[in-house]
Formats: sequence, structure tokens, C-alpha cells
Amino acid sequence: MQPFSTHTAVAAPLLKDDVNTDQIAPVLPSRGLKDDHKAMLFYRARRRDDGSENPDFVLNKPQFRNAGILVTGNNFGAGSSRETAVWSMTANNIRVIVAKSFADIYRENCLQNGVLPIVLASDDADAFIARVVQVNGAGPFTVDLVAQRISGPGGPDVAFAIPAADRTRLLEGLDDIGLTLKHMAEIKQWEQRAAAAQPWLQAAKDSR
Amino acid sequence: MPRTLFDKIWESHLVGRRADGRDLLYIDRHVLHELHAHHGFAQLEKQGRPIRRADLTFAVQDHTVATKAGRDDNTNPSGAAFLKAMRDGTRKAGIKLFDIDDPDQGISHVVAPELGIVLPGATHAVPDSHASTVGGVGALAFGVGTSEMTHILATQVMAMKRPKSMRARLEGKLGAHVSAKDVALRLIAELGVAGGRGYVVEYAGAAVRAMPIEQRMTLCNLNIEMGGRSGFVAPDDTTFAWLAGRPYLPQGELWDRALAHWRTLKSDDDATFDRDVALDCGTLEPQITWGTDPSQVVGISGRVPEPAALDASRRPAAEGAFAYMDLKPGTPLAGLPVNRVFIGSCTNSRLPDLEVAAAVVRGRKVADGVVAMVVPGSSTVKREAEAAGLDRVFRAAGFFWGESGCSMCAGGNGDRGLPGERCVSTTNRNFENRQGPKVRTHLASPATAAATAIAGRIADVRQLLAGAA
Ligand code: SF4
Repeated sequence: MQPFSTHTAVAAPLLKDDVNTDQIAPVLPSRGLKDDHKAMLFYRARRRDDGSENPDFVLNKPQFRNAGILVTGNNFGAGSSRETAVWSMTANNIRVIVAKSFADIYRENCLQNGVLPIVLASDDADAFIARVVQVNGAGPFTVDLVAQRISGPGGPDVAFAIPAADRTRLLEGLDDIGLTLKHMAEIKQWEQRAAAAQPWLQAAKDSR
Repeated sequence: MPRTLFDKIWESHLVGRRADGRDLLYIDRHVLHELHAHHGFAQLEKQGRPIRRADLTFAVQDHTVATKAGRDDNTNPSGAAFLKAMRDGTRKAGIKLFDIDDPDQGISHVVAPELGIVLPGATHAVPDSHASTVGGVGALAFGVGTSEMTHILATQVMAMKRPKSMRARLEGKLGAHVSAKDVALRLIAELGVAGGRGYVVEYAGAAVRAMPIEQRMTLCNLNIEMGGRSGFVAPDDTTFAWLAGRPYLPQGELWDRALAHWRTLKSDDDATFDRDVALDCGTLEPQITWGTDPSQVVGISGRVPEPAALDASRRPAAEGAFAYMDLKPGTPLAGLPVNRVFIGSCTNSRLPDLEVAAAVVRGRKVADGVVAMVVPGSSTVKREAEAAGLDRVFRAAGFFWGESGCSMCAGGNGDRGLPGERCVSTTNRNFENRQGPKVRTHLASPATAAATAIAGRIADVRQLLAGAA
């Protein structure tokens, strides 16, 4: 996984709660094994009914075309577990999402892909959203995971909290499977214990 | 210390703690589907990592399969590549696949319990957010993303922080034609789409105890629609009777041992939960969604809410939903003309769901101009329904009777509505564009959906049946 330490980019405000993964990365009729994740991001919101570009959608506005930070409301990433909803972010170089809260599975998927999910308390979030709206893409923000700070135009630095373990994982770009494989002895011991105590858990055979 | 059932299952599956503070939870059963599995197979191949427990891993073709009779890989052209990649990947890995023509094929969340692949007190993972459906038989199930799926394939454990626990006590006796779907929609309406975030929910109370297993699965299926991490019902005699004899379960002496253990699976009487909520279901009428998220719900005799009556935090979403759904505040739901009715999905496609719908439809006709579909959740459900003559009831009424799969739930197989259509659907998500671009989805129970197909308008099944009597 690509490590994350700092990220400097324009921040775009997506002023909504409960943005779901069907909205972030819709299933398109023409999909295949190798989807174009870059094009997938907010595919429907980006377009008008006739297929032309929707100039009102935030990421279509000239100042936000290259936004690399998304600032949004409550429960971001609700719904389907599809990881394309994070891959479509990374494909567009959006590597930080600042929200009031995230849906559980979406947050996990962010951590798996080197995307920093920042949760700001509601008041701080409102203030930061207002600032991002005010700045309106005029200059980039820098998100520093080492210092746990966001700096940029329009105000003082904003501190954010993140569980230490998640921070380490992002900073080091740790290989998640590799981390777990270090525990193989424990996994095998668990299996031996289970096979003795609850043998039905360790076997799944068709009895027909 | 008194413990909840969630505590007990979690602790008995705890393998260790990783350096980054995450718990490693052993996954007893892992079920894959064709949309995501190929990513995992390709990743592991690239990394030179083997699949650790192919014998505890199962795979189904469900999201992209066509529903037309005589279907094959190419009936839904955009599914063919996924079906083939799944076939190749599982063959190489030695994973049992329920392929498109397998007599056990179906939606993963329907097939796994039906075959006895999931067990009470077992852990279960699926790269799909509705994994907790199998909580209906007392399993602890997690929906995961593609990376976590790959991690489980390589290790057979899941790395996560321990969620908090919630108990939802659903009390009272359900009225006639009111089902688990109505209960779940009302609960989501009360708690909101993020009300369960961070929690594993134990569904308890008299209403739950009285539910047959299929309804408990409907209830647990919808747990993710309030953001819950997992949800389950503690197993009881209803569960054991339902499970007995299913092919992948332990047999003979081992069954007796398993059963003795499963009987111990309950929360201690004085166990405390991080959150406790209660709902009286005794006065509940059939429920239906009016908006574009599953918390925007009213009773069937209700009206689209006035914004002023809503919590301020819910108003912006409601305004968007009025526009998308083409509904004005104050409009009664019952009587709205519909174009389409869909009965199916991992929420409501098991045999009793189809029986309920067939009982409403029997001897009646789908209203002119309404496209109505029934898609059984598994090939087994389909066979059983046909043996009971349900397919003939539906066809005689003018329903399409399909081969099993996810179908119009998310439209991944090409079954979709047309732009602007209003659809009553027994599925789980009324998100914008979910069932086709610009399709307006109202979520409801099989009984309500069936009554609506007959009336051609959103209908109160109780009135439809009373009118006929
Ligand atoms: S039926 Fe719908 S919700 Fe269920 S697994 Fe299939 S697509 Fe997902």
C-alpha cells in the first residue's frame, strides 16, 4: 500500500450527509473486470440527463477539477461495501476525506488503500466546511498525518485525531496481509483448539 | 462478568492482537461472489500468496446472472467476464463454486444458510454489505470490502476493532399482513441510516422470538441499512428445527454435540449492552419508503411528510428525495400509480416470502401496464416454489417468473426499470438510480408489493384482501 505522510491539494466541499457508495461509484451497465475507476467517481452527479457535463456539480467546477481533498458531512460512504468507491477516489488523487463521520465499511476500505479518513467533531467540521467554501479552491490545503494537522488558506491550523494504530498503518503503508501472517502460529493454534472443541467449525462438507 | 452473546462469539473467535492494535477474528465461513472475487484471486497470485482455507470458502454466481429461462453466461453480456473469472479462479484455488447452472445456485445470503454452510455461533464474512442476513440463524457475519476479502482469503482471519454492542428489543405481536420487513423499516426510520454505526445488534424480544427463520433473516439483512456492523438473533428451538438436516451441517453424533453447544448460545440475563433500544411492534401497520434512503418510511396509510414535521437534520435529504421521487409533501402513499413491482433479493426472496405474495395474487391479475417480476433467491427456492405451484399462480396473474439471482435489486444483471418509473420493490435500497437510472423505488414487504401489482397503485394489502372477502 502507498504510504501516506502529507498530502497537499485543493479541498472541495461536498455539502451533504449520508453520501452512499451507489452515488460515489455507481454500477454502470457497461462495466467489466477492469473498470475505469477515474471516470467512475460520482459518475451520475457529474452528468446531466442528456449526458453532458453538469456544471453545478462541485468536482466539475473549474476551481475543483483537481481537488485532492474532499470535505463532507455525516455518514460518508453508506450502503454497499464496494471498494470501487475508494478506488475511484485514489484514481482521482483524492487521498484525504474530511467528514463528520464515516460508514464503518467505507472507513475500513479507506485505510486499506492509503486514503486518510479524518473525522472532525461536528462544530470543528462545520467551521472547516465553512472555511473550505470560503476559500473556494483559491489555494491548496496541506494535510500532515505526522503532525495531525491541516493547514491552508483562510484560517489557523486545524488539529485532528486518529487512532494511533490507523495512523501508523497509513504512515508506514503497511502490508495488511503481511502484518497478519506474522500471527500464523496463533492462527494454527486456534484451528487446532477449534477442531477439538467444536469440530463442526473446522469442516464444511456436503453430506449428500 | 455477565456477557452478551456477541461477547461470547467474539471472544471465542479471537486469535490474537496485531501490532497495530486490531483484533484478529477467525472466520469460520467465507462466501464469495463474482463481482469482487476476481480482484482477490488476481492480487494473491501477484503476491505469490496461497489461499489458506479453500475448504472453508465457498463461492456463488449471483449479482450478474440473467433471470431468463435457459440462461447462460452470455444472456447478460456484461456478466460473462465475471462469471468466467469466478469459474477459473475457484477451480484453480479448489473452492466450491455454486455456478450459474448448479442446482444449489442463488444469492449468497440465501444459499449459505439454506445449505447449512453457516452455523449458529459461527463467524462469517462476505464481500457484500448484506452479509448479516445469516444472523437470522445466529451467526455473526461481517460485510467486507475487497481488500479485507483478500486478507481473509490469505489468512482466514479478519483484522478489526471490536465493535460496540446494541440490543434492539422488538416487542408485541405483529398484526395480520405485517412482517419482519415492516418491523425493520420502522426501526431504521426510528434510528436513522447511521443509527447502528459501530454496533453489532442483537435482535431480541417477543416479536423476534415469534418470527420464523426466514423473517429473522429479513430483519438481520436490513441491519446494514441503519449502518450496523453486524446483526443477529440468538438461536433457539425454531433455529435448530429449521437447520436440522441441511446438507453442510454436522451430521449424526456431531450434530448432537453441536446442538448441545448451540443451546448455550445466549446473552447472560444481566449482560449490559452499550446501547439498548426498544420498539413496540404490536400496533405497526405495513410500512413503505417514500424517499431515497431506507429511513424515509411511513405506514401504508401515511403521507409524504411535511418538511416542518421532520428533524432539521433530515430536511435537506428529504428535499432532495421529494424532487427525485416526484412527490409532494402531504401526498398519501396508498393510491400512487406504479409502473413496476419487483419481488426478490436477499431481503425477501425465500419460500415463505413467495408464499405470502402468491396468497395475495392467487386468482387475481396484475393491473394493466404494470411490469411485475418474481425472482426466487435461490434455485432451491425456485424448485420448492414450483413444486407448490406458486410459479403457476404468479404466471397466471401476469408476473414474470425468473431464474434465481440478485436481478433488479441492484440491476447488476441488466434487469432494470426505465427512467421515471415508479417501482415497489421488496429489496433493501431505494437509493437514487439503484434499480435503473431515474427509477423511483419504494421499499415494502412481499405482501404490499403483491397487492400493489394487482391494484396498479401502492396498496394496503389488508384492504385489498378485505375487499375481496
Ligand atoms: S440481492 Fe441485492 S443486496 Fe442482496 S446481495 Fe444481491 S445485489 Fe446485494
